[in-house]
Amino acid sequence: MEYEPVIGLEVHVQLNTKTKIFCSCSTKFGSEPNSQTCPVCLGLPGVLPVLNREALKKGILAGMALNSRISQYSKFDRKNYFYPDLPKAYQISQFDKPICEGGYVEIEANNKKKKIGITRLHLEEDAGKSIHSEDPARNISYVDLNRTGVPLAEIVSEPDIRSGDEAYEYLQKIKSLMKYIEASDCNMEEGSLRCDVNISIRKKGASEFGEKVEIKNLNSFKAVRSAINYEIERQTRMIQYGNKIHQETRLWDADKNETYGMRSKEDAHDYRYFPDPDLAPVILDSAFIDEVKKELPELPDEKRERFIAQYNLPQYDAGVLTSIKQLAQYFESVVEKGADPKKASNWIMSELLGKIDDAEKIDAFPVTAEMLAGLLKLIKNNTISGKIAKKVFDEMIKTGKDAETIVEEKGLKQVTDTAEIGSMIDRVIENNPKSVEDYKNGTKKALGFLVGQVMKESKGKANPQMVNEILVKKLN
Amino acid sequence: MLYKYNFEELALLLERGEVRSVDIADSFLKRIQNYDKKINSFITVDEEKLYLQAEESDARRKKGGELSRYDGIPIAVKDNICTKGIKTTCASKILENFIPPYNAAVYEKLKGSGFILLGKTNMDEFAMGSTTEASFFGPSKNPYNTEKVPGGSSGGSAAAVSANLAPAAIGSDTGGSIRQPAAFCGVTGIKPTYGRVSRYGLVAFASSLDQIGTFGNCVDDAALLLSVISGYDKRDSTSIDVEVDFHPEKLRDDLNEIVIGVPDEYFKGVSEDIRNNIEGKLKELEVNGAKIEKISLKYIDYAVPVYYLIATAEASSNLARYDGIRYGYRSDAASTLDELYSKTRSEGFGKEVKRRIMLGTFSLSSGYYDAYYLKALKGRTLIIEDFKKAFSKVDVIITPTTTTTAYNLGEMINDPLQMYMSDILTISANLAGIPGISIPAGLDREGLPIGLQIMGSHFREKKIFGLAAIIEKICEPIHPEI
Repeated sequence: MEYEPVIGLEVHVQLNTKTKIFCSCSTKFGSEPNSQTCPVCLGLPGVLPVLNREALKKGILAGMALNSRISQYSKFDRKNYFYPDLPKAYQISQFDKPICEGGYVEIEANNKKKKIGITRLHLEEDAGKSIHSEDPARNISYVDLNRTGVPLAEIVSEPDIRSGDEAYEYLQKIKSLMKYIEASDCNMEEGSLRCDVNISIRKKGASEFGEKVEIKNLNSFKAVRSAINYEIERQTRMIQYGNKIHQETRLWDADKNETYGMRSKEDAHDYRYFPDPDLAPVILDSAFIDEVKKELPELPDEKRERFIAQYNLPQYDAGVLTSIKQLAQYFESVVEKGADPKKASNWIMSELLGKIDDAEKIDAFPVTAEMLAGLLKLIKNNTISGKIAKKVFDEMIKTGKDAETIVEEKGLKQVTDTAEIGSMIDRVIENNPKSVEDYKNGTKKALGFLVGQVMKESKGKANPQMVNEILVKKLN
Repeated sequence: MLYKYNFEELALLLERGEVRSVDIADSFLKRIQNYDKKINSFITVDEEKLYLQAEESDARRKKGGELSRYDGIPIAVKDNICTKGIKTTCASKILENFIPPYNAAVYEKLKGSGFILLGKTNMDEFAMGSTTEASFFGPSKNPYNTEKVPGGSSGGSAAAVSANLAPAAIGSDTGGSIRQPAAFCGVTGIKPTYGRVSRYGLVAFASSLDQIGTFGNCVDDAALLLSVISGYDKRDSTSIDVEVDFHPEKLRDDLNEIVIGVPDEYFKGVSEDIRNNIEGKLKELEVNGAKIEKISLKYIDYAVPVYYLIATAEASSNLARYDGIRYGYRSDAASTLDELYSKTRSEGFGKEVKRRIMLGTFSLSSGYYDAYYLKALKGRTLIIEDFKKAFSKVDVIITPTTTTTAYNLGEMINDPLQMYMSDILTISANLAGIPGISIPAGLDREGLPIGLQIMGSHFREKKIFGLAAIIEKICEPIHPEI
């Protein structure tokens, strides 16, 4: 019997607005606990929420990036539950009328394109953070409410995902999209992207779903993939041996690489959702939606196709260059400054990406797009060879100087003077009679050796093509 | 005798330099010291801060820098409106020592016009009740008869104004909590249109129904004070930007164009004295040129169940934040988190509040939501439509404010259903969000005040005040003997 997993993801993305979703406190990460709070986000008696327009806009942009329908009527609801880091004892969220419905993202799985459906995107406020003392004897918990009220977009996928790898690709895509539209930093370590997994197993080809298990406490994309792989195995084994899967919530233990049960369905909360009477429904006219749409930048898929068409790049290269917005921008600037697109792409892919930790911060890279274009120009007009160019590039990173200056200062200019090359060749012929002999006897390999010797003699600066030509002439 | 004057008279005395703010404050403070042991209308009176505020006002005026004509007049504020640095208890044990770090929008506006805080008034805990008996600080008494309740939940504000312990007061009205105590205590009380006054800083009971309003010993005072606290506030998403057009000097007093609707349904079950009184007033108005038209508000029977489902549902969520974690009362008998919640809330809330939290929690629970809460919302829509239809034919609606005059202390406390039913004439205005005023129309055979209610369409406070000022003139003035 063959089984297949059915997987859906719930992704919480922190929207990177300057202020919180219902008050004007800062959203900055990592500040002194409880320093970014006010009566509103502290939930003091008598306070009222006011929706942050920026959060609304970013939510709409996010929905557009996911190909969702933007609701002209949506509303906020209260999700009621008690927890020390939830000051009002309810979270303002959206229940039955989310801001965005439907949609999809395209991922690549097993070299094939696949659409993963989006059920909805809704806006809500984040809760605070409970920090439990690690010393069991002290038995103290602390609450930090800086995060309380930071805007979140919850993105719920359709159960279209079939493997850990697909889930991983889906998350990469969501992250790339959110970064493209500058809606979120999507930093899992800082909690600006969080992901819960819903997973069940069924007989392959069946149309009904199995009992679903929710996995929480996933703190990296890799953890999501590993947890799914673990859970697929666990559930399949259970079913194979005739056991039933029970609806439950399980937590991922990253150290042990396994999931474990946290609470069963019977303990599930009744959140008593109802419309928040403090907030009017959000009614958007098409003019406003069109206005927001104008802010939607070219998205990675479109950009990739354009790069293929416009710059004649291979699919793979275009994919890498467009996965990060800043990188794509950098590439286009290099081309704009006169570089050949394919050469620019090759240089970025094989040289530059190996020298930079975070391609999103390419704007802070010492070699600007203009400087790289300058370097490529020197190769093109034979001022330096490709090999020397790599050295020059390293020097550019180190010093921040442009290629021309470095070539000038270090005297790296390619030697193209026939007489100069000729005299170097003469010296090499004189010093390597054995190889000259071999060549004349038909050992073609010897030519390569002699060229190498000439290049060495020139400290790599001689034009290799000219060396080759003149050497062959002199030997014959 | 300064405690007997209205705003205009006090403003004139201050303007002419005949009295200082300190004198006025002193006059009311002496009254409070002498009579409030009996009435119990205040929870907090901070004498030091009161004199300080009065001195500041006098200094402003001396330099010609008074904030308004009324700079230096003291006002009583219901204890569910946040006052920075001054206890705001909601008459609850759970907030017994709560000192807000911020001011309610309403209090900011009062301060902005130079009004000074006389004290915080007693109320039913979290504004849940119709008698002010559900106060952690003990019941307030009716100045007309201290065996009787002053009504509620703004009973302290109404009683203080009635007994001249304050020239005017701020209250809140979720289902009649200004109009009913105004009627019981023989003063004027207005609940304006929902959205007219910012709720920012009003401790929420039922957010879609709560509205702040004013009490005065005359229509002009209630109108003036309301004009001071009205206006759009960006911190309250339900506040609406509409012109404040009802300053006392702008009120019309012409009966000839006005059409008054009288709904039969609002006279059913009303005591004979009240019915006769209100009908008498209507006749007099007709004689003086008003057009009286019978109308029907047929959904009144649904008003009480609809109201108590919506109000308790919202309350169950609004009051969830009092959990003992960050502020307010915390039980020290708890050893787990769940116990901390349940013990704090069991010990910190009074009986009526707990009853309403339970009711609201139930009606929002999955499986019951559609049958109760959702159905109530539909009922509310019908009531709104009912009023819309009525106001397409008439300018205002006149009814009694209450079915009876003030009850005996203790009479309602063990019969919550009877108490809920007694709100029947006032709660529809909250459900529809329309303004309503209660003005004193005379006394019943027991010598207890009778309230006449005028309701108008959204933001038609000016019409209501205008008519109220006329009716005020045809009613014999009443005063309690204390």
